[in-house]
Amino acid sequence: MELVTPNLGLVFWTTICFAILLFLLGKYAWKPILAAISEREKSIESALSMAEAAKEEMARLTSENDELLKQARIERDLILREAKQVKDQIISEAKEAANIEGTRMIERARIEIDNQKAIAMADVKNQVATLSIEIAEKILRKQFEDQHKQDQLVADLLKEVKLK
Amino acid sequence: MINSSILNLKLFRFSLICAFFLIAGAFPKSAFSQEGTSASKEKKFVPKDVILEHIGDSHSWPVLGKTTLPLPVILYTDKGLELFSSDKIKEEEVNGEPKGKIYQGAHYTYTAEKDKIKVVDANGNIDEAASKKVFDFSITRNVVSMFMALAILLIVFLNISSSYKKRVGKAPKGLQSFLEPLIVFVRDDIAIPNMGSKYARFMPLLLTIFFFILINNLLGMIPFFPGGYNLTGNIAVTATLSVIILFVVNLNGNKYYWKHIFLPDVPFWILPIMWIVEIVGIFSKPIALMIRLFANITAGHIVILSLISLIFIFKTLWVSPVSIGFVVFMDVIEVLVAFLQAYIFTLLSSLFIGMAIEEHH
Repeated sequence: MELVTPNLGLVFWTTICFAILLFLLGKYAWKPILAAISEREKSIESALSMAEAAKEEMARLTSENDELLKQARIERDLILREAKQVKDQIISEAKEAANIEGTRMIERARIEIDNQKAIAMADVKNQVATLSIEIAEKILRKQFEDQHKQDQLVADLLKEVKLK
Repeated sequence: MINSSILNLKLFRFSLICAFFLIAGAFPKSAFSQEGTSASKEKKFVPKDVILEHIGDSHSWPVLGKTTLPLPVILYTDKGLELFSSDKIKEEEVNGEPKGKIYQGAHYTYTAEKDKIKVVDANGNIDEAASKKVFDFSITRNVVSMFMALAILLIVFLNISSSYKKRVGKAPKGLQSFLEPLIVFVRDDIAIPNMGSKYARFMPLLLTIFFFILINNLLGMIPFFPGGYNLTGNIAVTATLSVIILFVVNLNGNKYYWKHIFLPDVPFWILPIMWIVEIVGIFSKPIALMIRLFANITAGHIVILSLISLIFIFKTLWVSPVSIGFVVFMDVIEVLVAFLQAYIFTLLSSLFIGMAIEEHH
């Protein structure tokens, strides 16, 4: 029974001690400690959320960069392809033009050659005719230098005519 | 292997200290523990007396062996205040006649019966009627140990409070980082779940109660000076704490709390019964707190002392390994209980406060 009978003196001293403790600790310890803890928690939380935001921003920038890069690549491919087409076209056009020109020149050269050949042939024919006539004239002149021979020829010719 | 041998060494030392403490407690050494003048050399060992002496309060504090620290006795009598040291109560002779251990004070003559100050009449008999008029406000062993706990708490927490100011926004360090989890635990796992958004107002009270109970539980487990007391296992201390909770709960109760007590939703003819039940409930909650802490801590001390007493009951050292094994086991449990009871007291306090301030819709 003695064990469960509160002693008045101890109750008194406990009350005083607890009141002192509550006052001093409440004012000089718990308040600043709790304030510091919640302050730090807030700063940690805000730092974390800022880091999260920065991460998102980074991700956004990266995806934007990727998008840009992709677009640039597509554009480059397009330009290259166009350039190639233009090049091919130019080359084929040039080739065609060269072909046409060559053919045309060959044709002209052939016509020229033909012309020249015809002129040359005509010239040769004329000269051959002239030479033949001159030779015939000289031969004839030589043949008909004596009168007897002329008469005989005429007589032969006539004879042939009569026989017929 | 090394660890276990160190542990054994510590256990050995611990057991020596326990034994020493108990020898000091077991044999009559102080003015108070010896009753009357019957000087039997071989006093029978009575474990109940030793245990009750330890878990009760005392006007002196055993330091080492037969040395005890006398403590001031403060008495408030109907004739005025009395203040003297407890070692003043000693064998006196009046006119060559032994009167036993008494002290002739300014207003009365006092003696100590079972560590309680009593008034004696001229014949040396205890005067119970006069004793009832004397109120004992002595600085007893428990009061001194409470002052010590107060000093430790103030030094520790004012110290870490200043380190919080010095290290604003930085990670905790040293003692600060050891105690911060406990503070955060009280806030996040005790106060906020039970009291909701209005928890901040009650945090200082809850933290003070938690650490006050915890430090006294732990200091009470030290088996030698300056420990070796039983403060949180004293009904006066737990009663005081419970009364504080009673006041805090009922002074903060809102209209819903009082409506729930006086006008619960029941048929009108049950109301008188409900009033009785609810008013009993108001007081039974703090009484449950009081008894729970008192019984847990006292029971732990009784079990440990009983186990140590086995050595003296059997009067052989061969029992000591068994005793010490069990005592170490109990001590480990008591460390757990020290934290657990501080937690439970704070938890239930915050639960009761939370029920009183809860808003209903």
